[in-house]
Amino acid sequence: MILSRKWLNEFVELPIDEYDDKRFAEAMTISGSKVEVTEDLSQTISNVKVGRIVKLEKHPNSDHMLVCQLDVGEEEPVQICTGAWNVHEGDLVPVALHKSLLPGGVKIEKGKLRGVPSCGMLCSLKELGMTAVHDYPYAVIKAAAILGDYHPIDPAKPSISPDIHHGDTIFGTVVAADVLHIERFETYKWKVELDLGFRLVDIVTDCQNIHVGDMIAYDSKRGIICTLNDLRAKQEEFPHCIEDGIFVLHEDCKPGDDVGKLIGLDDHVVEFEITPNRPDCLCMIGLAREAAVTFGKELKLHEPVVRARARGDINDHAKIIIEEPDLCPRYTARLVKNVRIAPSPEWMRQRIRNAGMRPINNIVDITNYVMLEYGQPMHAFDFSCVDNGEIHVRCAREGETIRTLDGTERKLSTSMLCICDTDKPVAVAGVMGGENSEIVGDTAMVLFESANFNGPSVRRTATALGMRTDASARFEKGLDLDNTVAAVERACELIELLGAGEVMEGIIDVLPKPIEKRTVKLEVEKINALLGTDIAEETMRDILTQLGFTLEGDTIYVPSWRGDVEHYSDIAEEVARFYGYNEIPVEFTGAISTCGGFTDVQQCEREIGLACRSMGMDEIITYSFISPTYYDKIRMPADSPLRDSLRILNPLGEDTSIMRTTILPSMLEIISRNYSYRNKAAALYEIGRIYLKREDGLADEPKIVSIGAYGNGVDFFVLKGWVEELIAQLGAKNAKFVAERENASYHPGRCAKVYVDGSYIGVMGQIHPEVAKNYGVDAEVYCAELSFEALFSVKGGIPVYKPLPRFPATTRDIAVVCDSAIPVGELKDCILENGGVYLTDCTLFDVYTGERVAEGKKSVAFSLTMRAEDQTLTDEHAEGTVKAVLEALEKQYSAVIR
Amino acid sequence: MKELMQGLREASIKAILECESVDELEALRVKYLGKKGELTGILRQMGKLSAEERPIMGQLANKLREDIENALEERKSSLSEKLMEAKLASETIDVTLPGLAHKAGHKHPMYNVLDQIKDIFIGMGFEIVDGPEVELSDYNFTKLNIDAGHPSREWTDTFYFTEDSKICLRTQTSPMQVHAMEKGVLPIRMIAPGRVYRKDEVDATHSPMFHQIEGMVIDKGVTMADLKATLNLVVEKIYGEGTVTRFRPHHFPFTEPSCEMDIQCHKCGGRGCPTCKGEGWIEVLGAGMVHPKVLAGCGIDPDEYSGWAFGMGLERLAMGEYKINDLRLIFENDIRFLEQF
Repeated sequence: MILSRKWLNEFVELPIDEYDDKRFAEAMTISGSKVEVTEDLSQTISNVKVGRIVKLEKHPNSDHMLVCQLDVGEEEPVQICTGAWNVHEGDLVPVALHKSLLPGGVKIEKGKLRGVPSCGMLCSLKELGMTAVHDYPYAVIKAAAILGDYHPIDPAKPSISPDIHHGDTIFGTVVAADVLHIERFETYKWKVELDLGFRLVDIVTDCQNIHVGDMIAYDSKRGIICTLNDLRAKQEEFPHCIEDGIFVLHEDCKPGDDVGKLIGLDDHVVEFEITPNRPDCLCMIGLAREAAVTFGKELKLHEPVVRARARGDINDHAKIIIEEPDLCPRYTARLVKNVRIAPSPEWMRQRIRNAGMRPINNIVDITNYVMLEYGQPMHAFDFSCVDNGEIHVRCAREGETIRTLDGTERKLSTSMLCICDTDKPVAVAGVMGGENSEIVGDTAMVLFESANFNGPSVRRTATALGMRTDASARFEKGLDLDNTVAAVERACELIELLGAGEVMEGIIDVLPKPIEKRTVKLEVEKINALLGTDIAEETMRDILTQLGFTLEGDTIYVPSWRGDVEHYSDIAEEVARFYGYNEIPVEFTGAISTCGGFTDVQQCEREIGLACRSMGMDEIITYSFISPTYYDKIRMPADSPLRDSLRILNPLGEDTSIMRTTILPSMLEIISRNYSYRNKAAALYEIGRIYLKREDGLADEPKIVSIGAYGNGVDFFVLKGWVEELIAQLGAKNAKFVAERENASYHPGRCAKVYVDGSYIGVMGQIHPEVAKNYGVDAEVYCAELSFEALFSVKGGIPVYKPLPRFPATTRDIAVVCDSAIPVGELKDCILENGGVYLTDCTLFDVYTGERVAEGKKSVAFSLTMRAEDQTLTDEHAEGTVKAVLEALEKQYSAVIR
Repeated sequence: MKELMQGLREASIKAILECESVDELEALRVKYLGKKGELTGILRQMGKLSAEERPIMGQLANKLREDIENALEERKSSLSEKLMEAKLASETIDVTLPGLAHKAGHKHPMYNVLDQIKDIFIGMGFEIVDGPEVELSDYNFTKLNIDAGHPSREWTDTFYFTEDSKICLRTQTSPMQVHAMEKGVLPIRMIAPGRVYRKDEVDATHSPMFHQIEGMVIDKGVTMADLKATLNLVVEKIYGEGTVTRFRPHHFPFTEPSCEMDIQCHKCGGRGCPTCKGEGWIEVLGAGMVHPKVLAGCGIDPDEYSGWAFGMGLERLAMGEYKINDLRLIFENDIRFLEQF
């Protein structure tokens, strides 16, 4: 919501020099109307003055420039060269003098144009930051085709001969003519004397670029001077005959006046961010009310008065039937006769413009003005287009369409509320009117609609049709049900004020359900207890009264525009806002009676993270949603139950459309990205969730410890070392790795399932080269996916101290030869199981295959550590252990000592 | 005999001082003090002395032994010092050569900030709770006083799993307020950090997945003054002592009164600069008193208990802390980024 400070002063006196923008913005923000930005419009323009053209001559060195002498209210006239052809002696024009500033930051300085000094620039509307059509409709420029400006597209084949003379026929009834004399007829109309060669004619034209000596094209049949359109010529053929030019002022002004002020830039505008619970603040009156209470000023509201002098009563002409009272709780209307479309007055256009909207014409401007002032969107229909004078507020029927004012044909669905006559929709309720009832010119009868529509319904319709308008943006927040009459009255008052039409008697106001008066009890102690304050009851009553609440005893009557207030806590907020949030004490209420801290699960997660980082892995955070195609990318079997993911029905895109049931694709994506960024190596971890469908439609969301690495010498055993250490750091024992050949995402010969104490923890290994290729990684990639829950469940308890050994250990090395297919892990398990009480450790130190062992065999060497707690072991003890171990190895694995 | 001893003293001390190695020194010790050494040789002649002379000479001999021993000892320690010096000199290295690399991993910058916040709240007696991301709309919206027509419920804003819009990806961590209250254990002091999802296209400031930290206190007699005091303290812990704050009215459906908390811009001290977009203040979080309707809906009597809650965006906090200018970096996980923190 953009607010004009000048306009605001009509309701609350807050002179800008006393309440500068910073002070105003700060106070409004603190009381709850957040200011986004403020802008002093007068700073956007400086040293631009009104000038009267006292003399106009052709430029000596240019065929398309003019040299003007201008009276800008100073003793000496100012000389300026211009390329625009629409100016005439006596015109009042905006003059950007030496060292002036124009909107958009353009700076103007004096200089020379083709050798002639020019002390500034004459301004077009565009250069003042405006457009003629909307801001100054009277200044729309019509350009005649000046034959001297003709530049044929193909110089060899000109459509108009270069040596054409007056009287020569161009085509049909169009002849060349010289301009002999020109004088102003009325604003933007000139009386021109033309020499057709064979006779002289006097005509009136609204082409503004004609000067004595020009040769033009005259249509003797139509009696007009031809424009480019009339000649069916292209702009490039007449490069200087453009429908743009200097803004010739038709305002109440004199030479030397400040143009900024003249066009309404002597204003400051403030942009507010209004929270959705306060649609009442999306208008001047609402913000004025807030400002009045904020600054302790009087709020001056105006009661609209409609004279309604036109014959006839609306009730005799129109009938309004609300078929969907839930979607349209109120519909108010008045009729206006003999509507005369014209530009609205400058003051109204300035206010509309400074509020960020475009002026169009008096009728449209009035509806917008009332929307800005009262917050009530309005719509005006050409009533002659409403069949049978009946307005039905109903939902669209199957197959109905409407061409809206923006010229788009729109399909309506049956949930969309429409304003219809007996036959067809004439507007999409609260969103946009239809072309079929648009007011295009002077109209016999116009119906002004001021209605209330259901917010969510308007929002859905606007969204579905893809057109969020100023009106729908207001309706969708839910508007004041009691504002429709005042708004339509104001609109009709303005119609009379502007002389835009004649208001008929009577008003139609359909209100299917009476408005409930909402009340809340004033509970002073409860409010103070909630806020932690000691605010006096009087203060509370004052604040509420100023905001428009009425109080009778302890009963607070909530004003109709405050749909958000329904509870004592809402009242507390109203009180607090104007008492000052920052005046509420800063005070701890009582002793803290809770302990706080991490739970065991959270602690375990922290320990895992710490362990991963200490081993050199960086932590990553990945999206929880993935693309369904990623399952193929990781070669997940077609029948895997993990393919049954939770599917987002309205995803942003395919890539983020399902909730991951495996964390692997997320890790591989990051690996792939780092690889493609030419990072030589990466070791990464994430503790992230996967999402497994549950019967009730929700998800189990277990956490997975995901590890991924490539480069820097990482291989299967580095990864395994990390996993082992991770498990060891948690105090878990007996980690076991079992070869896994079935997991299609991994290399079938380099993948293991991880168990601790028989519980399955997860999987780890080298990513299948095909999968790596799918991710564009031409390197060995190693990943582990470990269940956090499983890791937590095998986590060791508090360690118990074991006395340090008092007797030395004895070691013996053994080497056995066995089938090369036998996993070393199994041999090791066998040794530990059969080593007896003295064997405390068994470490692999060599695996050998080659010449010195038979084909299909390998030699495996272990170092055995033996120790007793009560004595130093003798050779006999050691030999006994070794013997038992060797026997077991031979018996179980046919492994024989080498 | 006296002369003999004097001769031995001079010769031995001289030899010891001139000796250049520990081994030689040992040989000198044997030569002078050994069983067959020169001093012993002199002492053997004691028998020839008179009874009066004997104790005097004995004393002199003992003194001589002592002095030679001391000289040996002194020389020995001075020699080993020299030896050590030489050894150290030969072992000198170029300390500017690089260290043997040992790379520890890096915590994700956003979780650095999150851990900092967790610590602050734990210090104030808060628990950390975790909850589902695939959530019932009931918990994400309805029980938080966000009615059926609210725009945030639209399919253009929220991700849904069911046609009836009953199951969604949580759009905020606020449903954790409801979960905590429904557990029924009072008082409550909790924070709930986690992932949340909204239908925003990825750009420098938006992501369909981001993180929030929810916080809530429910107890008897909890006031807005308490909210201000606690959050002021938290913000001072995050942004440094003396951070100036202000509270502005705002709107959230599940708190009333509601507020937003700003800190005075640390760059310009409130005068207005590009960092604070000229406002002088930077918004840090939204908060408010838990709406009585929400309390009642979760089975807590609003006449007996009151509470406050807050929510803040983690990404923005981390981006501010580390001056990260593009949200996409957070989820891109480029190690050249991660390893800066």
